[in-house]
Amino acid sequence: MRCDLVVVGAGPAGSMTAKAAAEAGLKVVMLEKRQEIGDPVRCAEGVSKASLKKLVNPDPSWISAEVKGARIRAPDGTEIVISEDRAGAEVGYVLERKVFDRALAQKAAEAGAKVMVKTRALGLLWDEGVPAGVTAQFVGERFRIEAPLVIGADGVESKVGRWAGIDTALKPKDIETCAQFLVQDEKIDDDYCEFYLGNDTAPGGYVWSFPKGRGIANVGIGVLGSKSDPGMPMRLLREFMKARFPDGKVLEVVVGGVPVSGPIERTVADGVILVGDAARQSDPITGGGIINAMDAGVMAGEIAADLVPKGEVDSGSLQVYEKRWRETIGKHISRNFAIKEFFVDLTDDDLNHLVHSLDGIDVAELNLRGLLKVLIRQNPKHLLKLRHLIV
Amino acid sequence: MLTVNRYKCGYCGACVGVCPAGALELVETWIEVNDDCTRCGRCAKICPLGALELIKEAKA
Ligand SMILES: Cc1cc2nc3c(=O)[nH]c(=O)nc-3n(C[C@H](O)[C@H](O)[C@H](O)COP(=O)(O)OP(=O)(O)OC[C@H]3O[C@@H](n4cnc5c(N)ncnc54)[C@H](O)[C@@H]3O)c2cc1C
Ligand code: SF4
Ligand code: SF4
Repeated sequence: MRCDLVVVGAGPAGSMTAKAAAEAGLKVVMLEKRQEIGDPVRCAEGVSKASLKKLVNPDPSWISAEVKGARIRAPDGTEIVISEDRAGAEVGYVLERKVFDRALAQKAAEAGAKVMVKTRALGLLWDEGVPAGVTAQFVGERFRIEAPLVIGADGVESKVGRWAGIDTALKPKDIETCAQFLVQDEKIDDDYCEFYLGNDTAPGGYVWSFPKGRGIANVGIGVLGSKSDPGMPMRLLREFMKARFPDGKVLEVVVGGVPVSGPIERTVADGVILVGDAARQSDPITGGGIINAMDAGVMAGEIAADLVPKGEVDSGSLQVYEKRWRETIGKHISRNFAIKEFFVDLTDDDLNHLVHSLDGIDVAELNLRGLLKVLIRQNPKHLLKLRHLIV
Repeated sequence: MLTVNRYKCGYCGACVGVCPAGALELVETWIEVNDDCTRCGRCAKICPLGALELIKEAKA
């Protein structure tokens, strides 16, 4: 088989890449090793409404719920609410990734991309030392796909970069290890996302509850890898459930890892581009990666459509991609990495102090940046180190 | 030797992402370990379910 572009992985990054490139006229093949796109889910499914709308028209079939705001609970139990209730605005969506991921793949297919599921990329094809496509396996059968450019959208377990000589291995301090239950409980508030902080609750991370409507929510935990031990996320999540939702029914179990490494040294090689979690583009503070993955996918797809017809796919030519993502989403990722490095070592006293300082304060900009700005205003001395990052 | 408890594993791929040796691969719903494993233990430390374990081999 021969094409202009092979995309490995059909998550949000891969599908947006394939869609953008196919729309611009490239002959695209997208491979997904799972037999069902999007399943099993590895996500808490929360996204900013405004950011998502810039990339795709929201469709009720893949939106589980809309949320009005967030509650943050300090280790000592103090709770603050941040919301835009007064304006009645909904600020976030909680998605149904199983439906969402497939809908994005469908868009790529509609744009003309060939989608192959249950098809695993096994390695790169090489032609005189230059990558020239991939070998893959479909229901046990091996075959070759020749293409001048391969885009690795293969998620946290990415191999495409490694095959091309890019070291993407994450250090324990650069991954949040996560467990999550889909919980049914009458105590679940359908309107608010909740965050629980504390070194006993979730070392170097947090516990979240993202409502999916009608009394169910994704209740999960992220623990910083360097502070974890085997099985810790699952153990702590069960402890949390016992304390907070003792009668909660568990309808689904999710596990996974989120890169929180900040930008890695390089995301292109000759004939290869990495996007999304494969390029470690998830947000180091929130662990959110859907929007960045989609953004990077669009950039990579458009750049591929420009460069492949010209035959300019060497790592030098592909610097356009490095430059474009680092100047846009990369800036936020770098900044949030620095902030994360500061936050993960705070004591419970520090965290209590910070949450208390938000009590009764109006957080006008309901996003991470807005929240951090207020935190710095309220704690100028304590957060001196962060000041230059935010303003 | 690194052992994978298939009955515990949730096939999330997190271990694959941290392995410095590239010794792991998520194939369908199981984790495969190849000979490049250096028994560094990093994957076991971060597995959210505790499905990986380094077992000391008896010296021959
Ligand atoms: C517990 C948890 C909670 C999270 N919560 C949120 C959240 O609330 N909001 C948010 O924005 N983000 C969240 N994230 C992060 C988010 O899930 C990822 O950032 C996002 O899925 C990245 O998209 P992607 O397309 O890069 O990778 P993925 O969605 O992981 O897709 C990669 C795809 O590549 C496929 N693949 C891998 N190797 C091969 C191969 N060799 N051949 C073929 N196919 C292959 C995989 O099967 C997979 O389908 C969370 C992550 C976890 C683990
Ligand atoms: S990290 Fe653990 S649960 Fe996830 S794939 Fe590896 S062994 Fe399985
Ligand atoms: S023990 Fe180390 S080298 Fe072996 S599979 Fe785990 S992370 Fe890789």
